[in-house]
Amino acid sequence: MRFLLAGQPNSGKSTIFNAIAGYRAATANFPGSSVSYTLSRALIHGREVDVVDLPGMYSLSSVSPEAGEAVRYVAEEDWDLIINVVDASRLERSLELTLQLLQLERPMVVALNMMDEAERHGMKIDVEALAKSLGVPVVPTVGRRGQGLKGLFRTALQAAHGGSAAGTGCFDKEVQTAVAQVQDLLEDAGFECRLPTKLVATKVLELDPYFTEKVRQSAPQVENDIDSIVERLQETHGWSADQVVSGCRHAMAHTIWDEIGELGRPKVGWRERVDRLLLHPWTGGPLMVLILSAVFYTVFGVGQLLEAPLVGWFDGIQAVLEGRFPPETLVGALLSGIFLGVAGGLTIVLPYLLPFLIALSVLEDSGYLPRMAYILDNLMHRIGLHGKSVLPLILGYGCTVPAIMATRILESKRDRRITAALASFIPCSARTIVVYGLVAAYLGPLWALGIYLLNLLVIMVIGRVLSRFLKGRSPGLILEIPNLALPTANTMFAKTWLSLKEFLVIAWPVLVVSSIVLGFLEYFGAGAFLNAALTPLTVWTLGLPAAVGMTLIFGVLRKELTLVMLVQAMGTNRLDQVLTTEQLVVFTLFVVFYVPCAATIAAMARELGWKDTAWISGLTVVVALALSVAARFVFAVV
Amino acid sequence: MTTLDTVDVLRKSRVVFIEGGQGVGAHLNTLGIHVGDQLEVVERAPFRGPVLVQINGTRLALGRGVARRVRVEEINDRPAAREIRVSQA
Repeated sequence: MRFLLAGQPNSGKSTIFNAIAGYRAATANFPGSSVSYTLSRALIHGREVDVVDLPGMYSLSSVSPEAGEAVRYVAEEDWDLIINVVDASRLERSLELTLQLLQLERPMVVALNMMDEAERHGMKIDVEALAKSLGVPVVPTVGRRGQGLKGLFRTALQAAHGGSAAGTGCFDKEVQTAVAQVQDLLEDAGFECRLPTKLVATKVLELDPYFTEKVRQSAPQVENDIDSIVERLQETHGWSADQVVSGCRHAMAHTIWDEIGELGRPKVGWRERVDRLLLHPWTGGPLMVLILSAVFYTVFGVGQLLEAPLVGWFDGIQAVLEGRFPPETLVGALLSGIFLGVAGGLTIVLPYLLPFLIALSVLEDSGYLPRMAYILDNLMHRIGLHGKSVLPLILGYGCTVPAIMATRILESKRDRRITAALASFIPCSARTIVVYGLVAAYLGPLWALGIYLLNLLVIMVIGRVLSRFLKGRSPGLILEIPNLALPTANTMFAKTWLSLKEFLVIAWPVLVVSSIVLGFLEYFGAGAFLNAALTPLTVWTLGLPAAVGMTLIFGVLRKELTLVMLVQAMGTNRLDQVLTTEQLVVFTLFVVFYVPCAATIAAMARELGWKDTAWISGLTVVVALALSVAARFVFAVV
Repeated sequence: MTTLDTVDVLRKSRVVFIEGGQGVGAHLNTLGIHVGDQLEVVERAPFRGPVLVQINGTRLALGRGVARRVRVEEINDRPAAREIRVSQA
């Protein structure tokens, strides 16, 4: 049996999903945090059920890519019941999607989620009347606290065996006639689809690309007739057909809301007051700078606190180990490879990664990111994008792969290409570790901050250049600003653990294995050969020791590797003793900018195709080289 | 008649017409902005930045370019909230 969680963006689908499936789907407080679906098997009241967490969709429409994914799933996959997750505090608008889902004429349950938010807004909702009016069960829930979820899934199990929803509600007369006409045309033409013809007819009137294409494929002969029906509808109303249909649905939702809901006085609490300051024209910008600086310094402070004792401890072990098994022997090379891989992960990577992931999850869950999109919209326009691109870019500080996936929330292909290209320049947590572990740790936090600011400057310049060359439509910022929320400790830990597990399970083993490989390569003298082959890049161009050549090759696998490998290549944890300030800076700059890691390249190829991936990767190398050489020049002059 | 990018902050207004191609109109529709809806601009970012619109208990950030396409008429049946505040002070 398979249940779908479907609903508008930021209605809490992933939160409900995680509550029953364990923390698997990353949640965040902004619309579009899930851009692809997640499936999990869960045991519900003793029955095994597949639960699918679909990306959010404002409407059953394939206009935007992430909603298109949801529509495709609903239309083409096998499933037994839809759980329509609805943000109760935005009930009227949410009902517009609910009305469309009802048209699927399949078993359905409505989860009236975020009831606590609705109460804060001073809303009263007659749940029974709503259920009666929709003709499907409605269960009030508070997903964040797990309230009502048991009842929700019990009801869902019962409903899955019960009858299907009837597509209730009626459009105004002209729309209804138009829908009926298209429906007749489709049926006469022998149009076959797993979905009810009435729903397809409505969607065709709305000029939905997915359904129009379906019709074009299986019943091309009716296309002209449908076009004339669409035109007639537009003529009688004076607006485009999709606005007419959507306006009708809006009116229906409004009628239902009028019958079952009541709007009281919203509470004004600290969240509203803080929000005013965060979005105020005068205080918004300065507060953003303050918040981001606080994040930067907290991560650095906590990282230092954790790193110092760990490094000292492992230095001790290393001395003992090298005394017993000298690295010149084969066993010694193997053991020191393993040790440096394990130690590198633990002493250099984890201390900065952990506080960084926690800070990022706080930013995501509080709902601050869409506010940043609002504040930065203006600036983003200067580089040819708009505020919404801020969301993928900020996610890029965590990991470039989800950042590139998140570009799906952008409406235009042009914006997606530019934003994905820029996201690959944002220092992800792996590169952040190199910045913190090398530059901040040895040269001081201001140097690291300088690298971040330089990075932003370079990104803005590249954005400006790219937006000159890549032509296309950019629709401008249209983004819902969710309520501010206090991140709960549970979600924060679960989320940090989800990302940390990624590091522990995938990155750390790669680190250890690469470290061993490096150890062997050096033992057999192959390392020296490869390093020698790379000297035109490393020594002549970048002015670094020849030994870093291997680290840059391994860095393409994962960027953390460069730092750990550097420790091994130099044979010491105290890198400032073997590298000059200039070399530390140049190495870091090059690592931050050159070719994104293998996982990013794969993700980019999936989202944009190989051609874009190739030129973006090439661009990163050119930029990395140019900046490194420029940095050498500056150091030489100063 | 004016557009969302120039209407007074905190003055209630009603959507009269949404200009532009199918994309913007449909997108605004799905987010809950339709012709005939009441809304108010609650904040306007400086330097021709975006506007923050409150509609049916939801807040939307709209870029200036988008806001310019939404034609609205001010509802004059009661003074804007800001004027009430001024008169109380």
